[in-house]
Amino acid sequence: MEPILTGRNLVKRYGRVTALDNCDFDLYPGEILAVIGDNGAGKSSLIKAISGAVQLDEGEITLEGRKVRFASPIAARAAGIETVYQTLAMSPGLSIADNMFMGREIRKPGILGSVFRKLDHAEMQRIARQKLSELGLMTIQNINQAVETLSGGQRQGVAVARAAAFGSKVIILDEPTAALGVKESRRVLELILDVRSRGIPIILISHNMPHVFEVADRIHVHRLGRRLCLINPKEHSMSDAVAYMTGAKVPDQALAA
Amino acid sequence: MSTISPGPQGFEAAIKPAGADQVAEFVHRKSALERMQHILHETPWLAPLMVLIASLIGFGIAVGARFFSAYALTLILQQVTITGIVGVAQSLVILTAGIDLSVGAIMVLASVLMGQCTFVYGLPAPISILCGFAFGAAVGYLNGTLVARMKLPPFIVTLGMWQIVLAANYLYSNNQTIGATQIELKAPLLQYLGNTFVIGANAAGNGGATFTYGVILMLALVLLFAYVLRHTAWGRHVYAVGDDPDAAALAGVQVKRMLISVYTLSGLICAVAGWALIGRIGAISPNSGQFENINSITAVVIGGISLFGGRGSILGMIFGAMIVGVFTLGLNMYGTDPQWTYLLIGALIIVAVAVDQWIRKAAV
Repeated sequence: MEPILTGRNLVKRYGRVTALDNCDFDLYPGEILAVIGDNGAGKSSLIKAISGAVQLDEGEITLEGRKVRFASPIAARAAGIETVYQTLAMSPGLSIADNMFMGREIRKPGILGSVFRKLDHAEMQRIARQKLSELGLMTIQNINQAVETLSGGQRQGVAVARAAAFGSKVIILDEPTAALGVKESRRVLELILDVRSRGIPIILISHNMPHVFEVADRIHVHRLGRRLCLINPKEHSMSDAVAYMTGAKVPDQALAA
Repeated sequence: MSTISPGPQGFEAAIKPAGADQVAEFVHRKSALERMQHILHETPWLAPLMVLIASLIGFGIAVGARFFSAYALTLILQQVTITGIVGVAQSLVILTAGIDLSVGAIMVLASVLMGQCTFVYGLPAPISILCGFAFGAAVGYLNGTLVARMKLPPFIVTLGMWQIVLAANYLYSNNQTIGATQIELKAPLLQYLGNTFVIGANAAGNGGATFTYGVILMLALVLLFAYVLRHTAWGRHVYAVGDDPDAAALAGVQVKRMLISVYTLSGLICAVAGWALIGRIGAISPNSGQFENINSITAVVIGGISLFGGRGSILGMIFGAMIVGVFTLGLNMYGTDPQWTYLLIGALIIVAVAVDQWIRKAAV
């Protein structure tokens, strides 16, 4: 099987700091790939490079075999890569529907839309409602309520729903459970598995080892700006992963990427 | 622990029996006060409208029938025309969490430029007016570029621009006024927005609801931008940028382009206010309307638009401007020292901001 998204020899420097040092990356169709690594290992830089938030100094990224270069998150989105940022990237004062369609609003058909640029609020609300119920987020009653009135888990749910609604090729989740309680985390993990069951591959960045080992199909261990190794969560323990991540243990040659 | 079985972790089993798969939900009875807080949160123009109605009733009782005449009430509208138009520009900027201190100066220099183009360079009046508009938009574009691309704080950029434009205004005009009669003879179009029409005057031609074209323009601009902010993608992006610019950028809003367009539009609207200013005072004076920046910010704040950006509505701004107009005219007719107006408006500003903070807490 061919990987859907690959990165080869990715390099990103910030002044004299090398955040990505000839890093490789592979994501296969339909899988959940977890990316773990210590703070400062370059996980964020890797994800930002893939989602278009930072520009690489060297290296190339391919999506479905074609070479791509994203100048902005908008370009990555247009190519079908959706990212749920740790900060969620939602406007707290705006409604759920407004947030879901931010930057890709639907306008009314006909002259109202083309000349008066009038938005089709009813259609956007209908789709937002439908996407939320598809993911089982039924507890949200009013699609017009401001995002700031939702609980942390509900906000995360809306952000995942937004990504799932538009992400046609890849969804990137950055620390989706970091700010959540036990119950809410559980709900979000179920959401993630639900999204995978629709056939969309997911990149999951997380510090939470139990969550990573529970949902990931493969784990990409990032250390010192590059991929140290790829491990199978069924064959390795959490303590192995943490040992690789921190450098306490060096992986076998066979594993090393 | 060498292997991990998929599914919930052992310690999570405890959460199952409690309440199936329900996410935490908090449903509690809301007190009347909380409900009011919620309503004000949803409809930000409601509070200034209530204050406006209350102050109208208050002055109606204090001053009497004179105050409730169609003439007096429409006079208030005429008196707030300039503040209302500039307030539209200020609202747009403040909704993006910025502030524009240069609005009054841009307005005055735009009106001076319209006069100079007509009377010094001999251009036809419509071209002069367009020159004024282009100037306003250009200064706004410069403000926007400095704010968005150079990442300078809007307060500092527009504070500097205020001084620059105001000084340029005096230097350029030689501090000279162009008289009303001269304009009337040579370029009446410059005074066009000062023309009035009267509805319901008595037989002698006195009283009645008197509207200037400037008032109509102000109301049209307010309604136009109320529509744009609510029903177009550009309008929703104004709120998103004011709410959280980083989030808006990640969600796909072109934040820099957005900010530049807002400041440019603000400059253009100020130039339109400059045209209305000629109609309002008849003459072109470099000394007029310099405090419109403070007046417009006052209208915006009393109108319930948050200075932190992203919240409020332009309808609130116009109610805010009218509240100031009602206080000014009402206290004038009541016959007190005009300083009482400033004192009360000052108190109103502080109350409005306090209410804004309280409404912001309505997170449920």
